[in-house]
Amino acid sequence: MSRERSPEERARGAVETAWRIEWPRLVAGLTRVAGDIDTAEELAQDALVAALEQWPRDGVPPNPGGWLMLTAKHRAIDRVRRDATYARKLALIGHELLIDQQQPAPDPVIEDDLLRMICTACHPVLPQPARVALTLRMVGGLTTAEIARAYLVPESTVAQRIVRAKRTIADKRIAYEVPRGPELSTRLGSVLEVIYLIFNEGYAATSGRDWLRAELCEDALRLARIVASLVPGEPEAHGMAALLELQASRTRARSDSARNLVLLADQDRSRWNQLYIRRGFAALGRAHALNRSRGLPPGRYALQAAIAAAHAMAPTAADTDWRRIAGLYALLAARFPSPVVELNRAVAVAMLHGPAAGLELADAVAATGALDDYHLLHAVRGDLLTRLGREPEARAAFTRAAALTANSAEQGLLLGRARSQHDRRTQPVQVQACRGSTPPPTAQKRET
Amino acid sequence: MRSMVLIRLDPARAPADGPDAALQEAMGQLIEEMTKAGVLLDTAGLHPIEEATRIRLSGGTQTVVDGPFTESKEIIGGYCLLQTRSAEEAVEWASRFLRVHGPEWEMEVEIRQLDDPA
Repeated sequence: MSRERSPEERARGAVETAWRIEWPRLVAGLTRVAGDIDTAEELAQDALVAALEQWPRDGVPPNPGGWLMLTAKHRAIDRVRRDATYARKLALIGHELLIDQQQPAPDPVIEDDLLRMICTACHPVLPQPARVALTLRMVGGLTTAEIARAYLVPESTVAQRIVRAKRTIADKRIAYEVPRGPELSTRLGSVLEVIYLIFNEGYAATSGRDWLRAELCEDALRLARIVASLVPGEPEAHGMAALLELQASRTRARSDSARNLVLLADQDRSRWNQLYIRRGFAALGRAHALNRSRGLPPGRYALQAAIAAAHAMAPTAADTDWRRIAGLYALLAARFPSPVVELNRAVAVAMLHGPAAGLELADAVAATGALDDYHLLHAVRGDLLTRLGREPEARAAFTRAAALTANSAEQGLLLGRARSQHDRRTQPVQVQACRGSTPPPTAQKRET
Repeated sequence: MRSMVLIRLDPARAPADGPDAALQEAMGQLIEEMTKAGVLLDTAGLHPIEEATRIRLSGGTQTVVDGPFTESKEIIGGYCLLQTRSAEEAVEWASRFLRVHGPEWEMEVEIRQLDDPA
Protein backbone atom coordinates (compact mmCIF):
# COMPACT_ATOMS: atom_id res chain seq x y z
CA MET A 1 0.00 0.00 0.00
CA SER A 2 1.32 3.42 -0.83
CA ARG A 3 2.12 5.75 2.02
CA GLU A 4 2.33 9.48 1.86
CA ARG A 5 5.40 10.83 3.61
CA SER A 6 4.66 13.11 6.54
CA PRO A 7 5.81 16.73 6.12
CA GLU A 8 8.40 16.18 8.87
CA GLU A 9 9.80 13.06 7.26
CA ARG A 10 9.86 14.70 3.88
CA ALA A 11 11.50 17.87 5.12
CA ARG A 12 14.14 15.98 7.08
CA GLY A 13 14.93 13.74 4.11
CA ALA A 14 15.03 16.73 1.78
CA VAL A 15 17.34 18.64 4.11
CA GLU A 16 19.79 15.77 4.32
CA THR A 17 19.70 15.00 0.62
CA ALA A 18 19.82 18.60 -0.59
CA TRP A 19 22.71 19.03 1.81
CA ARG A 20 24.50 16.08 0.25
CA ILE A 21 23.90 17.32 -3.27
CA GLU A 22 24.96 20.89 -2.48
CA TRP A 23 27.78 20.06 -0.08
CA PRO A 24 30.72 20.09 -2.58
CA ARG A 25 29.68 23.43 -4.09
CA LEU A 26 28.81 24.85 -0.70
CA VAL A 27 32.16 23.94 0.85
CA ALA A 28 34.08 24.98 -2.28
CA GLY A 29 32.43 28.43 -2.14
CA LEU A 30 32.89 28.78 1.61
CA THR A 31 36.55 27.78 1.38
CA ARG A 32 37.15 30.80 -0.82
CA VAL A 33 35.52 33.19 1.65
CA ALA A 34 36.71 31.51 4.85
CA GLY A 35 40.25 30.81 3.68
CA ASP A 36 40.50 27.15 4.68
CA ILE A 37 38.59 23.93 4.11
CA ASP A 38 38.03 23.05 7.77
CA THR A 39 36.36 26.37 8.57
CA ALA A 40 34.28 26.02 5.40
CA GLU A 41 33.11 22.58 6.50
CA GLU A 42 32.15 23.92 9.93
CA LEU A 43 30.15 26.73 8.33
CA ALA A 44 28.43 24.26 5.99
CA GLN A 45 27.57 22.16 9.04
CA ASP A 46 26.05 25.24 10.68
CA ALA A 47 23.89 25.75 7.60
CA LEU A 48 22.68 22.15 7.83
CA VAL A 49 21.69 22.68 11.46
CA ALA A 50 19.78 25.82 10.46
CA ALA A 51 18.06 23.98 7.62
CA LEU A 52 17.02 21.17 9.96
CA GLU A 53 15.42 23.82 12.19
CA GLN A 54 13.69 25.83 9.49
CA TRP A 55 12.78 23.65 6.52
CA PRO A 56 10.45 21.31 8.40
CA ARG A 57 8.61 24.46 9.57
CA ASP A 58 8.77 26.73 6.49
CA GLY A 59 9.14 24.19 3.68
CA VAL A 60 12.10 23.48 1.43
CA PRO A 61 13.22 26.71 -0.27
CA PRO A 62 13.08 26.88 -4.08
CA ASN A 63 16.87 27.08 -4.30
CA PRO A 64 18.27 24.91 -1.48
CA GLY A 65 21.90 25.44 -2.53
CA GLY A 66 21.59 29.22 -2.52
CA TRP A 67 19.75 29.12 0.80
CA LEU A 68 22.46 26.98 2.40
CA MET A 69 25.21 29.26 1.10
CA LEU A 70 23.55 32.44 2.32
CA THR A 71 22.76 30.88 5.70
CA ALA A 72 26.32 29.64 6.12
CA LYS A 73 27.60 33.15 5.47
CA HIS A 74 25.15 34.61 8.00
CA ARG A 75 26.27 32.02 10.53
CA ALA A 76 29.84 33.04 9.83
CA ILE A 77 28.95 36.60 10.79
CA ASP A 78 27.26 35.35 13.98
CA ARG A 79 30.45 33.48 14.83
CA VAL A 80 32.55 36.55 14.23
CA ARG A 81 30.46 38.43 16.75
CA ARG A 82 31.22 35.73 19.32
CA ASP A 83 34.77 34.93 18.33
CA ALA A 84 37.45 37.48 17.59
CA THR A 85 39.56 35.04 15.55
CA TYR A 86 36.89 35.12 12.85
CA ALA A 87 37.09 38.88 12.63
CA ARG A 88 39.58 38.93 9.78
CA LYS A 89 37.22 36.91 7.66
CA LEU A 90 34.25 39.17 8.28
CA ALA A 91 35.28 41.73 5.71
CA LEU A 92 35.44 39.08 3.00
CA ILE A 93 32.17 37.47 3.95
CA GLY A 94 30.40 40.81 4.28
CA HIS A 95 31.58 41.70 0.80
CA GLU A 96 30.28 38.39 -0.53
CA LEU A 97 26.90 39.00 1.05
CA LEU A 98 26.60 42.38 -0.65
CA ILE A 99 27.40 40.78 -3.99
CA ASP A 100 24.84 38.05 -3.35
CA GLN A 101 22.11 40.56 -2.64
CA GLN A 102 22.81 42.41 -5.86
CA GLN A 103 22.98 39.19 -7.87
CA PRO A 104 20.61 36.59 -6.52
CA ALA A 105 20.88 34.61 -9.77
CA PRO A 106 23.17 31.54 -10.02
CA ASP A 107 26.66 32.74 -9.25
CA PRO A 108 29.23 31.92 -11.94
CA VAL A 109 31.92 32.25 -9.26
CA ILE A 110 30.52 29.08 -7.65
CA GLU A 111 31.51 27.03 -10.69
CA ASP A 112 35.01 28.51 -10.42
CA ASP A 113 35.05 27.56 -6.75
CA LEU A 114 34.43 23.91 -7.52
CA LEU A 115 37.22 24.09 -10.09
CA ARG A 116 39.46 25.70 -7.45
CA MET A 117 38.60 22.86 -5.09
CA ILE A 118 39.39 20.06 -7.54
CA CYS A 119 42.63 21.79 -8.58
CA THR A 120 43.60 22.06 -4.90
CA ALA A 121 42.62 18.45 -4.16
CA CYS A 122 44.83 17.29 -7.05
CA HIS A 123 47.78 19.56 -6.23
CA PRO A 124 51.12 17.86 -6.99
CA VAL A 125 52.32 18.49 -3.43
CA LEU A 126 49.87 15.80 -2.24
CA PRO A 127 50.61 12.08 -2.60
CA GLN A 128 48.38 10.21 -5.06
CA PRO A 129 46.18 8.42 -2.44
CA ALA A 130 45.53 11.77 -0.74
CA ARG A 131 44.49 13.33 -4.05
CA VAL A 132 42.08 10.46 -4.66
CA ALA A 133 40.55 10.63 -1.18
CA LEU A 134 40.28 14.43 -1.19
CA THR A 135 38.71 14.49 -4.67
CA LEU A 136 36.11 11.86 -3.75
CA ARG A 137 35.34 13.67 -0.50
CA MET A 138 35.40 17.33 -1.52
CA VAL A 139 34.19 17.13 -5.13
CA GLY A 140 32.38 13.78 -5.30
CA GLY A 141 30.73 14.45 -1.94
CA LEU A 142 31.38 10.93 -0.62
CA THR A 143 31.67 10.43 3.12
CA THR A 144 34.90 9.03 4.57
CA ALA A 145 32.95 5.85 5.40
CA GLU A 146 31.91 5.46 1.75
CA ILE A 147 35.44 6.02 0.51
CA ALA A 148 36.79 3.51 3.05
CA ARG A 149 34.24 0.89 1.98
CA ALA A 150 35.10 1.38 -1.69
CA TYR A 151 38.84 1.09 -1.09
CA LEU A 152 38.58 -1.73 1.47
CA VAL A 153 40.49 0.20 4.12
CA PRO A 154 39.46 1.24 7.66
CA GLU A 155 37.54 4.52 7.84
CA SER A 156 40.22 5.94 10.15
CA THR A 157 42.79 5.47 7.36
CA VAL A 158 40.74 7.59 4.96
CA ALA A 159 39.99 10.19 7.63
CA GLN A 160 43.71 10.43 8.48
CA ARG A 161 44.61 10.74 4.80
CA ILE A 162 42.19 13.65 4.40
CA VAL A 163 43.28 15.37 7.62
CA ARG A 164 46.94 15.14 6.58
CA ALA A 165 46.17 16.40 3.08
CA LYS A 166 44.34 19.44 4.46
CA ARG A 167 47.24 20.10 6.83
CA THR A 168 49.71 19.91 3.94
CA ILE A 169 47.59 22.37 1.96
CA ALA A 170 47.58 24.77 4.93
CA ASP A 171 51.25 24.30 5.88
CA LYS A 172 52.54 24.73 2.35
CA ARG A 173 50.23 27.70 1.87
CA ILE A 174 48.76 26.22 -1.31
CA ALA A 175 46.77 29.02 -2.91
CA TYR A 176 43.08 28.25 -3.42
CA GLU A 177 43.07 29.02 -7.09
CA VAL A 178 42.88 27.67 -10.61
CA PRO A 179 46.37 27.70 -12.15
CA ARG A 180 46.82 29.76 -15.30
CA GLY A 181 48.60 29.12 -18.57
CA PRO A 182 50.64 25.94 -19.07
CA GLU A 183 50.31 25.12 -15.37
CA LEU A 184 46.56 24.68 -15.89
CA SER A 185 47.00 21.88 -18.39
CA THR A 186 49.53 20.17 -16.08
CA ARG A 187 47.10 20.41 -13.18
CA LEU A 188 44.23 19.28 -15.35
CA GLY A 189 46.37 16.26 -16.22
CA SER A 190 46.67 15.50 -12.52
CA VAL A 191 42.89 15.92 -12.06
CA LEU A 192 42.11 13.58 -14.96
CA GLU A 193 44.65 11.04 -13.76
CA VAL A 194 42.95 10.95 -10.35
CA ILE A 195 39.56 10.41 -11.99
CA TYR A 196 40.99 7.63 -14.14
CA LEU A 197 42.51 5.93 -11.07
CA ILE A 198 39.12 6.04 -9.34
CA PHE A 199 37.39 4.56 -12.38
CA ASN A 200 39.94 1.79 -12.78
CA GLU A 201 39.71 0.88 -9.11
CA GLY A 202 35.98 0.33 -9.60
CA TYR A 203 36.35 -1.30 -13.02
CA ALA A 204 38.86 -3.84 -11.70
CA ALA A 205 36.34 -4.72 -9.00
CA THR A 206 33.29 -5.18 -11.21
CA SER A 207 34.01 -8.83 -11.83
CA GLY A 208 35.69 -9.61 -8.54
CA ARG A 209 34.05 -10.57 -5.26
CA ASP A 210 33.78 -6.96 -4.17
CA TRP A 211 30.93 -5.83 -6.38
CA LEU A 212 30.13 -2.83 -4.17
CA ARG A 213 33.31 -1.12 -5.20
CA ALA A 214 31.95 -0.88 -8.73
CA GLU A 215 30.16 2.24 -7.50
CA LEU A 216 33.54 3.93 -7.91
CA CYS A 217 33.02 3.71 -11.68
CA GLU A 218 29.85 5.78 -11.35
CA ASP A 219 31.62 8.22 -9.02
CA ALA A 220 34.43 8.63 -11.56
CA LEU A 221 31.91 9.07 -14.38
CA ARG A 222 30.11 11.83 -12.50
CA LEU A 223 33.45 13.49 -11.66
CA ALA A 224 34.51 13.32 -15.33
CA ARG A 225 31.22 14.92 -16.42
CA ILE A 226 31.58 17.61 -13.72
CA VAL A 227 35.14 18.44 -14.83
CA ALA A 228 34.10 18.53 -18.50
CA SER A 229 31.40 21.06 -17.58
CA LEU A 230 33.84 23.11 -15.45
CA VAL A 231 36.43 23.40 -18.24
CA PRO A 232 34.28 22.98 -21.37
CA GLY A 233 37.09 24.34 -23.57
CA GLU A 234 39.58 21.62 -22.60
CA PRO A 235 39.57 18.77 -25.13
CA GLU A 236 41.14 16.25 -22.74
CA ALA A 237 38.35 16.72 -20.19
CA HIS A 238 35.89 15.61 -22.88
CA GLY A 239 38.32 12.90 -23.96
CA MET A 240 38.28 11.50 -20.42
CA ALA A 241 34.47 11.68 -20.21
CA ALA A 242 34.30 9.86 -23.57
CA LEU A 243 36.75 7.18 -22.46
CA LEU A 244 34.86 6.48 -19.24
CA GLU A 245 31.39 6.47 -20.83
CA LEU A 246 32.63 4.04 -23.51
CA GLN A 247 34.32 1.74 -21.01
CA ALA A 248 31.32 1.86 -18.68
CA SER A 249 29.12 0.81 -21.62
CA ARG A 250 30.61 -2.69 -21.33
CA THR A 251 30.08 -3.18 -17.59
CA ARG A 252 27.05 -5.47 -17.98
CA ALA A 253 28.84 -7.68 -20.51
CA ARG A 254 32.18 -8.07 -18.81
CA SER A 255 31.20 -10.60 -16.19
CA ASP A 256 29.07 -13.73 -16.47
CA SER A 257 26.38 -14.94 -14.08
CA ALA A 258 29.08 -16.38 -11.79
CA ARG A 259 30.87 -12.99 -11.93
CA ASN A 260 33.76 -14.41 -13.90
CA LEU A 261 35.56 -11.96 -16.12
CA VAL A 262 34.48 -12.11 -19.78
CA LEU A 263 37.05 -10.83 -22.28
CA LEU A 264 36.15 -8.23 -24.85
CA ALA A 265 36.11 -10.71 -27.72
CA ASP A 266 33.72 -13.04 -25.86
CA GLN A 267 31.31 -10.40 -24.64
CA ASP A 268 27.66 -10.43 -25.65
CA ARG A 269 27.63 -7.09 -27.42
CA SER A 270 23.84 -6.83 -27.18
CA ARG A 271 24.48 -6.21 -23.49
CA TRP A 272 26.61 -3.16 -24.16
CA ASN A 273 24.83 -0.03 -22.98
CA GLN A 274 23.95 1.95 -26.08
CA LEU A 275 23.15 5.12 -24.13
CA TYR A 276 26.67 5.22 -22.66
CA ILE A 277 28.10 4.51 -26.11
CA ARG A 278 26.12 7.41 -27.58
CA ARG A 279 27.21 9.69 -24.75
CA GLY A 280 30.82 8.54 -25.26
CA PHE A 281 30.70 9.31 -28.97
CA ALA A 282 29.20 12.74 -28.26
CA ALA A 283 31.96 13.58 -25.76
CA LEU A 284 34.62 12.28 -28.15
CA GLY A 285 33.13 14.47 -30.88
CA ARG A 286 33.49 17.49 -28.59
CA ALA A 287 37.12 16.59 -27.83
CA HIS A 288 37.95 16.20 -31.54
CA ALA A 289 36.18 19.44 -32.47
CA LEU A 290 38.08 21.39 -29.79
CA ASN A 291 41.40 19.89 -30.89
CA ARG A 292 40.69 20.66 -34.55
CA SER A 293 39.70 24.25 -33.78
CA ARG A 294 43.02 24.72 -32.00
CA GLY A 295 45.02 22.81 -34.57
CA LEU A 296 46.06 20.28 -31.91
CA PRO A 297 46.50 16.52 -32.31
CA PRO A 298 44.28 14.37 -30.06
CA GLY A 299 45.55 14.00 -26.48
CA ARG A 300 46.17 10.77 -24.60
CA TYR A 301 42.61 10.37 -23.35
CA ALA A 302 40.99 11.32 -26.66
CA LEU A 303 43.22 8.70 -28.35
CA GLN A 304 42.26 6.03 -25.83
CA ALA A 305 38.61 7.01 -26.21
CA ALA A 306 39.00 6.69 -29.98
CA ILE A 307 40.29 3.14 -29.46
CA ALA A 308 37.34 2.34 -27.17
CA ALA A 309 35.05 3.87 -29.80
CA ALA A 310 36.53 1.62 -32.50
CA HIS A 311 35.63 -1.40 -30.36
CA ALA A 312 32.17 0.02 -29.68
CA MET A 313 31.53 0.40 -33.41
CA ALA A 314 32.16 -3.28 -34.19
CA PRO A 315 28.90 -5.27 -34.20
CA THR A 316 30.89 -8.48 -33.57
CA ALA A 317 34.45 -9.12 -32.41
CA ALA A 318 35.28 -10.33 -35.94
CA ASP A 319 34.19 -6.95 -37.34
CA THR A 320 36.77 -5.08 -35.25
CA ASP A 321 38.77 -2.63 -37.33
CA TRP A 322 42.21 -3.73 -36.12
CA ARG A 323 43.94 -1.60 -38.73
CA ARG A 324 42.41 1.50 -37.18
CA ILE A 325 43.12 0.32 -33.64
CA ALA A 326 46.75 -0.58 -34.43
CA GLY A 327 47.13 2.85 -36.03
CA LEU A 328 45.71 4.60 -32.97
CA TYR A 329 48.05 2.63 -30.70
CA ALA A 330 50.99 3.57 -32.93
CA LEU A 331 49.98 7.22 -32.54
CA LEU A 332 49.62 6.80 -28.80
CA ALA A 333 53.00 5.01 -28.59
CA ALA A 334 54.68 7.75 -30.60
CA ARG A 335 53.28 10.63 -28.55
CA PHE A 336 53.00 9.05 -25.10
CA PRO A 337 55.43 6.13 -25.15
CA SER A 338 55.08 3.52 -22.43
CA PRO A 339 55.63 -0.24 -22.29
CA VAL A 340 51.91 -0.78 -21.60
CA VAL A 341 50.91 1.11 -24.74
CA GLU A 342 53.51 -0.89 -26.67
CA LEU A 343 52.04 -4.12 -25.30
CA ASN A 344 48.59 -3.05 -26.46
CA ARG A 345 50.00 -2.24 -29.85
CA ALA A 346 51.44 -5.77 -29.96
CA VAL A 347 47.95 -7.18 -29.40
CA ALA A 348 46.42 -5.04 -32.15
CA VAL A 349 49.26 -5.85 -34.56
CA ALA A 350 48.79 -9.57 -33.83
CA MET A 351 45.13 -9.27 -34.79
CA LEU A 352 46.06 -7.39 -37.95
CA HIS A 353 49.21 -9.20 -39.15
CA GLY A 354 49.16 -12.46 -37.18
CA PRO A 355 50.56 -13.73 -33.87
CA ALA A 356 54.21 -13.80 -35.02
CA ALA A 357 54.24 -10.04 -35.71
CA GLY A 358 52.53 -9.40 -32.38
CA LEU A 359 54.89 -11.65 -30.45
CA GLU A 360 57.87 -9.84 -31.91
CA LEU A 361 56.59 -6.58 -30.39
CA ALA A 362 55.57 -8.24 -27.11
CA ASP A 363 58.98 -9.88 -26.78
CA ALA A 364 60.64 -6.52 -27.39
CA VAL A 365 58.62 -5.14 -24.47
CA ALA A 366 59.55 -8.18 -22.36
CA ALA A 367 63.25 -7.70 -23.21
CA THR A 368 63.22 -4.25 -21.56
CA GLY A 369 62.28 -5.91 -18.27
CA ALA A 370 60.00 -2.97 -17.45
CA LEU A 371 56.89 -5.14 -17.24
CA ASP A 372 58.41 -8.26 -15.65
CA ASP A 373 55.96 -8.19 -12.75
CA TYR A 374 53.00 -7.13 -14.86
CA HIS A 375 50.65 -10.09 -15.30
CA LEU A 376 49.20 -8.92 -18.60
CA LEU A 377 52.57 -9.01 -20.35
CA HIS A 378 52.71 -12.72 -19.62
CA ALA A 379 49.02 -13.20 -20.44
CA VAL A 380 49.51 -11.56 -23.85
CA ARG A 381 52.63 -13.64 -24.54
CA GLY A 382 50.76 -16.77 -23.46
CA ASP A 383 47.96 -15.96 -25.85
CA LEU A 384 50.26 -15.30 -28.80
CA LEU A 385 52.40 -18.37 -28.07
CA THR A 386 49.26 -20.51 -27.99
CA ARG A 387 48.23 -19.25 -31.37
CA LEU A 388 51.70 -20.08 -32.69
CA GLY A 389 51.37 -23.64 -31.30
CA ARG A 390 54.20 -23.15 -28.80
CA GLU A 391 52.23 -24.74 -26.00
CA PRO A 392 54.82 -25.43 -23.26
CA GLU A 393 55.98 -21.81 -23.44
CA ALA A 394 52.38 -20.60 -23.46
CA ARG A 395 51.56 -22.66 -20.37
CA ALA A 396 54.55 -21.21 -18.54
CA ALA A 397 53.51 -17.67 -19.50
CA PHE A 398 49.90 -18.13 -18.29
CA THR A 399 51.08 -19.69 -15.03
CA ARG A 400 53.39 -16.74 -14.47
CA ALA A 401 50.56 -14.31 -15.26
CA ALA A 402 48.18 -16.03 -12.83
CA ALA A 403 50.78 -15.85 -10.06
CA LEU A 404 51.17 -12.11 -10.58
CA THR A 405 47.52 -10.99 -10.44
CA ALA A 406 45.68 -10.27 -7.22
CA ASN A 407 42.25 -10.25 -8.86
CA SER A 408 40.61 -13.62 -8.25
CA ALA A 409 38.44 -13.43 -11.37
CA GLU A 410 41.45 -12.78 -13.58
CA GLN A 411 43.43 -15.47 -11.82
CA GLY A 412 40.74 -18.04 -12.53
CA LEU A 413 40.67 -17.10 -16.18
CA LEU A 414 44.45 -17.27 -16.55
CA LEU A 415 44.80 -20.59 -14.73
CA GLY A 416 42.07 -21.98 -16.95
CA ARG A 417 44.07 -20.99 -19.99
CA ALA A 418 47.27 -22.44 -18.52
CA ARG A 419 45.46 -25.79 -18.24
CA SER A 420 43.56 -25.92 -21.52
CA GLN A 421 46.01 -25.11 -24.22
CA HIS A 422 44.02 -27.06 -26.77
CA ASP A 423 41.37 -24.40 -26.63
CA ARG A 424 42.74 -22.40 -29.54
CA ARG A 425 40.85 -19.21 -29.18
CA THR A 426 41.96 -16.44 -31.44
CA GLN A 427 40.83 -13.74 -29.13
CA PRO A 428 43.14 -11.01 -28.08
CA VAL A 429 44.12 -10.51 -24.49
CA GLN A 430 43.81 -6.79 -24.65
CA VAL A 431 45.52 -4.49 -22.23
CA GLN A 432 44.44 -0.98 -21.76
CA ALA A 433 46.73 1.85 -22.62
CA CYS A 434 47.75 4.13 -19.85
CA ARG A 435 50.37 6.59 -18.93
CA GLY A 436 53.48 5.93 -16.94
CA SER A 437 56.44 3.69 -17.59
CA THR A 438 55.99 1.44 -14.57
CA PRO A 439 52.36 0.49 -14.38
CA PRO A 440 50.82 1.11 -10.97
CA PRO A 441 48.53 -1.84 -10.26
CA THR A 442 45.37 0.19 -10.61
CA ALA A 443 46.27 2.22 -13.65
CA GLN A 444 45.77 -0.30 -16.40
CA LYS A 445 44.33 -3.66 -17.12
CA ARG A 446 43.31 -5.99 -19.81
CA GLU A 447 40.68 -4.38 -21.93
CA THR A 448 37.36 -5.97 -21.07
CA MET B 1 22.62 3.74 -9.35
CA ARG B 2 20.37 4.79 -12.16
CA SER B 3 16.74 5.83 -11.85
CA MET B 4 14.03 6.46 -14.39
CA VAL B 5 11.87 9.44 -13.50
CA LEU B 6 8.51 9.18 -15.24
CA ILE B 7 6.59 12.43 -15.45
CA ARG B 8 2.81 11.96 -15.41
CA LEU B 9 0.15 14.53 -15.93
CA ASP B 10 -3.46 14.88 -17.04
CA PRO B 11 -3.38 16.96 -20.26
CA ALA B 12 -6.94 18.12 -19.58
CA ARG B 13 -5.78 19.73 -16.34
CA ALA B 14 -2.49 21.15 -17.63
CA PRO B 15 -2.19 24.72 -18.98
CA ALA B 16 -3.50 24.64 -22.57
CA ASP B 17 -0.45 26.37 -24.07
CA GLY B 18 2.03 24.13 -22.27
CA PRO B 19 4.99 25.54 -20.32
CA ASP B 20 5.31 29.33 -20.54
CA ALA B 21 8.58 31.11 -21.26
CA ALA B 22 9.50 31.48 -17.58
CA LEU B 23 8.97 27.77 -16.92
CA GLN B 24 10.89 26.82 -20.03
CA GLU B 25 13.80 28.92 -18.85
CA ALA B 26 13.65 27.50 -15.32
CA MET B 27 13.56 23.96 -16.72
CA GLY B 28 16.48 24.75 -19.00
CA GLN B 29 18.46 25.99 -16.01
CA LEU B 30 17.61 22.91 -13.98
CA ILE B 31 18.59 20.61 -16.83
CA GLU B 32 21.89 22.47 -17.14
CA GLU B 33 22.46 22.15 -13.40
CA MET B 34 21.73 18.41 -13.51
CA THR B 35 24.03 17.98 -16.50
CA LYS B 36 26.84 19.86 -14.76
CA ALA B 37 26.38 17.75 -11.64
CA GLY B 38 26.86 14.70 -13.86
CA VAL B 39 23.54 13.14 -12.82
CA LEU B 40 21.39 13.63 -15.92
CA LEU B 41 21.98 10.88 -18.48
CA ASP B 42 19.02 11.47 -20.73
CA THR B 43 15.73 13.36 -20.80
CA ALA B 44 12.95 14.01 -23.26
CA GLY B 45 9.32 15.00 -23.49
CA LEU B 46 6.91 12.71 -25.34
CA HIS B 47 4.50 13.46 -28.16
CA PRO B 48 0.79 13.69 -27.21
CA ILE B 49 -0.95 10.43 -26.35
CA GLU B 50 -3.26 10.92 -29.37
CA GLU B 51 -0.30 9.97 -31.57
CA ALA B 52 0.53 6.86 -29.55
CA THR B 53 -0.03 3.24 -30.47
CA ARG B 54 -0.64 0.46 -28.00
CA ILE B 55 -0.19 -3.22 -28.66
CA ARG B 56 -1.84 -5.52 -26.19
CA LEU B 57 -0.89 -9.18 -25.84
CA SER B 58 -3.61 -11.32 -24.35
CA GLY B 59 -4.08 -15.06 -24.65
CA GLY B 60 -1.39 -15.20 -27.32
CA THR B 61 -3.14 -12.65 -29.54
CA GLN B 62 -1.93 -9.14 -30.20
CA THR B 63 -4.36 -6.26 -30.55
CA VAL B 64 -3.09 -3.00 -32.00
CA VAL B 65 -4.92 0.12 -30.85
CA ASP B 66 -4.21 3.68 -32.00
CA GLY B 67 -4.85 6.68 -29.75
CA PRO B 68 -6.57 8.63 -28.34
CA PHE B 69 -6.99 6.51 -25.25
CA THR B 70 -9.89 8.17 -23.53
CA GLU B 71 -9.84 5.86 -20.53
CA SER B 72 -6.46 7.08 -19.30
CA LYS B 73 -6.34 10.44 -17.59
CA GLU B 74 -2.78 10.77 -16.30
CA ILE B 75 -0.31 9.91 -19.01
CA ILE B 76 3.46 9.87 -19.21
CA GLY B 77 4.52 13.19 -20.68
CA GLY B 78 8.26 12.77 -20.43
CA TYR B 79 11.13 11.13 -18.59
CA CYS B 80 14.55 11.72 -17.09
CA LEU B 81 17.22 9.06 -16.64
CA LEU B 82 19.36 9.91 -13.63
CA GLN B 83 22.60 8.53 -12.20
CA THR B 84 22.93 9.26 -8.49
CA ARG B 85 24.68 7.81 -5.49
CA SER B 86 21.43 7.13 -3.62
CA ALA B 87 17.69 6.76 -4.24
CA GLU B 88 17.08 9.83 -2.06
CA GLU B 89 19.21 11.96 -4.38
CA ALA B 90 17.10 10.89 -7.35
CA VAL B 91 13.96 11.82 -5.37
CA GLU B 92 15.42 15.24 -4.56
CA TRP B 93 16.30 15.99 -8.20
CA ALA B 94 12.82 14.87 -9.28
CA SER B 95 11.33 17.09 -6.61
CA ARG B 96 13.34 20.02 -7.95
CA PHE B 97 11.80 19.37 -11.34
CA LEU B 98 8.33 19.73 -9.77
CA ARG B 99 9.42 22.80 -7.79
CA VAL B 100 10.05 24.86 -10.94
CA HIS B 101 6.38 24.34 -11.94
CA GLY B 102 3.82 26.85 -10.69
CA PRO B 103 0.60 26.08 -8.81
CA GLU B 104 -1.28 25.87 -12.13
CA TRP B 105 0.38 22.51 -12.75
CA GLU B 106 -1.13 19.28 -11.47
CA MET B 107 1.35 16.49 -12.02
CA GLU B 108 3.25 13.58 -10.54
CA VAL B 109 6.67 12.05 -10.97
CA GLU B 110 7.40 8.40 -10.36
CA ILE B 111 10.99 7.45 -9.51
CA ARG B 112 11.96 3.89 -10.40
CA GLN B 113 15.41 2.43 -9.88
CA LEU B 114 16.80 0.50 -12.84
CA ASP B 115 17.20 -3.20 -12.16
CA ASP B 116 20.71 -3.21 -13.54
CA PRO B 117 24.08 -2.91 -11.85
CA ALA B 118 25.51 -0.86 -14.72
